[in-house]
Amino acid sequence: MSTEVKEVKKKEPLFSKKNRGLITDPLNDSNPISVQVLGICSALAITVQLKPAVVMSISVLAVLSIGNVVISLLRNLIPSRIRIIVQLVVVASLVILVNEVLQAYAYDVSKELSVFVGLIITNCIIMGRFEAFALANSPWKSFLDGLGNAFGYAWILIAVAFVRELFGSGTLFGFQIIPHAWYIDEGGFYSNNGFFLFPPMALIVVGIIIWIQRSRNTKLIED
Amino acid sequence: MKLFKNLLASVKPHFEEGGKLEKLYPVYDGFATFLFVPGHSAHSGAHIRDGIDLKRTMITVVMALVPALLFGMWNAGYQHYLALGLNETVTFWEQVGFGAMKVLPLVIVSYSVGLGIEFAFCVIKKHQINEGFLVSGMLIPLIMPVDIPLWMVALSTAFAVVIGKEVFGGTGMNILNPALTARAFAFFAYPTFMSGDKVWINTSLNEGQAVADGFSGATALGELATTGSTDIKPMDMFLGNIPGSIGETSTVAILIGAAILIYTGIGSWKIMLSAVLGGLTMGLIFNGIAEFMISPEQQGFMEVPYWEHLIMGGFAFGVVFMATDPVSASQTSKGKWIYGFLTGMLCIMIRVFNPAFPEGVMMAILFMNVMAPLIDHYVVEGNVKKRKKRLKVKTA
Repeated sequence: MSTEVKEVKKKEPLFSKKNRGLITDPLNDSNPISVQVLGICSALAITVQLKPAVVMSISVLAVLSIGNVVISLLRNLIPSRIRIIVQLVVVASLVILVNEVLQAYAYDVSKELSVFVGLIITNCIIMGRFEAFALANSPWKSFLDGLGNAFGYAWILIAVAFVRELFGSGTLFGFQIIPHAWYIDEGGFYSNNGFFLFPPMALIVVGIIIWIQRSRNTKLIED
Repeated sequence: MKLFKNLLASVKPHFEEGGKLEKLYPVYDGFATFLFVPGHSAHSGAHIRDGIDLKRTMITVVMALVPALLFGMWNAGYQHYLALGLNETVTFWEQVGFGAMKVLPLVIVSYSVGLGIEFAFCVIKKHQINEGFLVSGMLIPLIMPVDIPLWMVALSTAFAVVIGKEVFGGTGMNILNPALTARAFAFFAYPTFMSGDKVWINTSLNEGQAVADGFSGATALGELATTGSTDIKPMDMFLGNIPGSIGETSTVAILIGAAILIYTGIGSWKIMLSAVLGGLTMGLIFNGIAEFMISPEQQGFMEVPYWEHLIMGGFAFGVVFMATDPVSASQTSKGKWIYGFLTGMLCIMIRVFNPAFPEGVMMAILFMNVMAPLIDHYVVEGNVKKRKKRLKVKTA
């Protein structure tokens, strides 16, 4: 019996509690957007509609998880003085790859996202995870951490985009959700809320998400 | 009054500790202190300078708003019948009646939504109910166009109370003026209902009625922004029988309100005066540089006599009732001068330079609300420095 326990201790299972924590923590307790307040710029810029938000989330997911693994593999080779440059090179090449794939297979969305795909390079979440995690941990853990943070980023992005598209344009993924007959032009009473199309409303929606999150999760409240 | 007193006394046990409705105590307390002067007094180190409390303050402001409200009601009816070309056939009371039918629902919606949310927050957070919303609830309908759908007013009010006020900690903590927050929300959310030349006058038609020929519902500022000239005479702007938001048109009614506010010491005359000075300054500057403008519309707008800006649009209303909001304005005496002056200047500047915002007073006040703490900070710092210097000179 005792030997078995020792073996288990030596070789951590792929999805040990700690490793699962790497994925689940960023969803709530250490969410990159709502707790660490990173990556806000893109959360404001591309959440007018759901489709670009989803594509953006997938792009960040790819870049962050692959990049984390690459950095983690290189972590013992990178001289610490030039590590930022190396990280930038890795992100930049991955972003170019993602951009090429988008242009090849999803040209419309790629045009809509325009410069924001390129700006993934400057997304603070990615550099933050490289610096804080991948440089000090094994590839598998780094991969999980990348996935977790990307999911944490994605759900906020998609939640904000859902609210903004529904109230701002009355659609979801481009499909009309609010019945045509409700609109004032058609004799109804409803009108789309133009404020939701402006970036400030994204900030307010993120703020409301933070508010709800902190009222349920009291350990996040400072002082 | 005895009836109310007995009624309150009879329901009181339910709201006290251990009672059935213990959780709703703030609601009970709110009603009780609304009707009667609170019976408790401070026990130590009282800082009271006079007997006025938040409720009396708020009620005074609401009373100061009444002339503008009454005039707004009449004007809503007057403009409606003017648009239909029927003003010769209808009586004064018909005009007032029609206006009241349009304006009172806005007031009721704004109050019920706003107070409902405030009560809910007080019950959840176990605060005392305070009356900050009494004024905002009256201001919100007065700065809306008469034709706006009620649900938009409700939504804007809810937004203003929750995002503009409660997230900062409720009455007295807000950075922005709640009423203007509501208007800004409506303005950006439903621009077609908040600007243009269709929204200021109710032109709903009964059978056999038609809109009169050559009728235009544009405001003076709207006309100036698009064409560079307006047919509306200064005297009408002063009296207020022109299209515009419900409460903003009549400078006379607003001046009555201003007199009440200044006489009771509730509104700061420093802010009002300095805002007027700021507006005049900017108007004079524009008068001076108008001839260098290329586009004739811009030139026309800049050539508007500097004093006319004061009676046009919502300048007077905003300066008297909203720039003086004691919570969101500057607190220091010197700060008030700076704050008011810049509000007036910015208002005229936004009006003239940005045709997308024919009315600049909303943006100007909101912007200066954000800047007010900064102004106060530097005024206080400056004072500290001055005193330190004096101290050095004395000791040296």
